[in-house]
Amino acid sequence: MDTLVIAGKSYTSRLLLGTGKYKDFTETRAAVDVSGTQIITVAIRRTNIGQNPDEPNLLDVLPPSQFTLLPNTAGCYTAADAVRTLRLARELLDGHALVKLEVLGDQKTLFPDVVATLEAARILVKDGFHVMVYTSDDPIVARQLEDIGCAAIMPLASLIGSGMGILNPWNLQIIIDKVKVPVIVDAGVGTASDAAIAMELGCDGVLMNTAVASARNPILMASAMRKAVEAGREAWLAGRMPKKIYQATPSSPSEGMITGSPHSAANN
Amino acid sequence: MQLIINGQQQSYDGPLNIQQLVEHLSLQNKRIAIERNGEIIPRSSFPEQILNDGDQLEIIVAVGGG
Repeated sequence: MDTLVIAGKSYTSRLLLGTGKYKDFTETRAAVDVSGTQIITVAIRRTNIGQNPDEPNLLDVLPPSQFTLLPNTAGCYTAADAVRTLRLARELLDGHALVKLEVLGDQKTLFPDVVATLEAARILVKDGFHVMVYTSDDPIVARQLEDIGCAAIMPLASLIGSGMGILNPWNLQIIIDKVKVPVIVDAGVGTASDAAIAMELGCDGVLMNTAVASARNPILMASAMRKAVEAGREAWLAGRMPKKIYQATPSSPSEGMITGSPHSAANN
Repeated sequence: MQLIINGQQQSYDGPLNIQQLVEHLSLQNKRIAIERNGEIIPRSSFPEQILNDGDQLEIIVAVGGG
């Protein structure tokens, strides 16, 4: 069985799905179910205090008993804030140690601050967290994060929420070739072919949110993404044919062709 | 007694422990985590944690995110 193993746990789905930006929790849950995902990201925020006590809770809709929850540090711009957020998340989720670390460096591009990311990763790994880490597509930083002990390296394919697709497949390929822990493309996927391309490169998984949540029909896109990730994975496992540049090769036999001019009554 | 909860100043009559505060905020059946003055307070010790004037509390939940 082809499974994705992260921090010692096996998953049959290689699609990781974010839970932000959906219309409501019903749509969130439907997209999660149709996508077949087993790992979902959540954000950690201040609760409203008493204003709306009956407000539904995300964890009631997506219970930790059914999914692996991946609390993130979205919006954190320092290592200290990210570490603080994930320690609270661990308490919230009863000691659950698998987390998504991201430390941002720029409000416009949401590019990661890789220096602060490395610092936070060191603290978290030492503190017993299994860190899946969002980073740039720099192969050296990816290797350094692996050396620190991160459970998965998650390079961006393009900017968070941009849907610009896989902009630098070559860098991703280098990271995939060099890093031994799972490599998961996180951010930038816009449509099904982007997810398939990531998987065909040899990524171990794809994490996405906006591509599904901001599709005109999020549920249908969740279905498309499930198939794209599966198709890309199978294509990678199958091993694509070599590219032959400017060199056509017929698929049909060249022998036994019907040749010569036919005798026909019309010619006489 | 003044408390700062999620950045907002609130007045309470003391003495008050964290469990009582949680109930007062109708959060007793919610999945939450609490930090007091920068230190995480395990759920099991909420009743033992007597609040002091000026305490800063963060009460967090999981929300949708990517």
